[in-house]
Amino acid sequence: MSAVYNYVLNLGDNTLILGQRLSEWCGVGPFLEEDLALTNTSLDIIGQAKMLLEYAAKLKNDTQSADDLAFMRDQHQFKNVLLVEQPNGDYSQTMLRQYFMDVYHVHLYSALSNSSNQQLAGIAAKSLKEVTYHLERSQLWIKRMAHGSTESFNRLQTSLNKLWHYHHELFEETKELSQLVVQGIAANPKELHKKWDTEVKTLMATTPLEIPQTGWKATGGRIGHHSEYLGKMLCEMQFLQRAYPGCEW
Amino acid sequence: MIEKIKKILAQVSDPEIPVLSLEDLGVIRNIAVNDDEIIVTITPTYSGCPAMEVMQQDIIKVLSKQGRKVGLPTKVTVITQLSPAWTTDWISEKGKQALLKYGIMPPSRKGTIMCPQCESKNVELLSQFGSTACKALYRCKDCLEPFDYFKCH
Repeated sequence: MSAVYNYVLNLGDNTLILGQRLSEWCGVGPFLEEDLALTNTSLDIIGQAKMLLEYAAKLKNDTQSADDLAFMRDQHQFKNVLLVEQPNGDYSQTMLRQYFMDVYHVHLYSALSNSSNQQLAGIAAKSLKEVTYHLERSQLWIKRMAHGSTESFNRLQTSLNKLWHYHHELFEETKELSQLVVQGIAANPKELHKKWDTEVKTLMATTPLEIPQTGWKATGGRIGHHSEYLGKMLCEMQFLQRAYPGCEW
Repeated sequence: MIEKIKKILAQVSDPEIPVLSLEDLGVIRNIAVNDDEIIVTITPTYSGCPAMEVMQQDIIKVLSKQGRKVGLPTKVTVITQLSPAWTTDWISEKGKQALLKYGIMPPSRKGTIMCPQCESKNVELLSQFGSTACKALYRCKDCLEPFDYFKCH
């Protein structure tokens, strides 16, 4: 059961940290409609995190709640990929990270909708509808910025140079994960990677964007080795529950 | 007994869209009663929708308060069921009409979106998200009024 727990925790942490990052745009979005759109996207993703972490808590016989998992764990206990904890940067960086994650989530949840694990299949089928809509929006932004002004293009290219190396981690394989794939519980990372690659590169090919050609691949998040950014984010996110444990609205 | 419960539940509405009862919204999946407990099974609309929590509390509050008067068990449990996932196809015809009257264009599978104020189809999308995750923001190019569209989901 602990293999399933680790898998669900990784998916839950990815969504929790991404949702928290997106929420940082609340009130400071480039214009009102975007501000609302980003925070609504964030809300969907945090909702998915809630479902996943509640399930993770259940797998551990409810010895800790979903809130405990979100607010009482230290940095090294988080299993999210490094991509989602990267700072928002400018709007091109936020939307590119979002686009990468949206493509990933669409293929992940499509595959998981057929998982032999009923709970995961239910969460995935529900979330798939939401992320499909998110992807429509983020890919429009990528096209718009890539074909926009020199300024928007340059910014997006800079963000691409920064973030490209982080996507590999989404598809890392482990022995534990391979066993879950064989059991029909988890999505096959190899297939996900292939689909992600094809889709992202097809879109990039319609733009003047150039994919950076270096071999460096960021890794470590899934075993709790995080970048300096996560700790600072957790300080803010966890402050209330750490200062007043069990505090409720 | 189920009919009595349904009648009481008809008073509970979506806190974000008060013209929609929970039944019209299509979130009530099942109602069951045993000796000392009412169990209402609901399905969430959007995973992160803050209205869902309020709906759960409202169901418990209304049923335990008014149920007592008509001899229903006072213990109320709300269960959340994820699968099958909620779809806007479950919004009732009555609910769709109520939305339109309230100034929100109801979901349209055919994709024909018209202004709830002047019924013009000459409209444009302003933002893929409106005031809540379930809506998109449009503007009518004839009467110039902005309006929410309840997205197909």
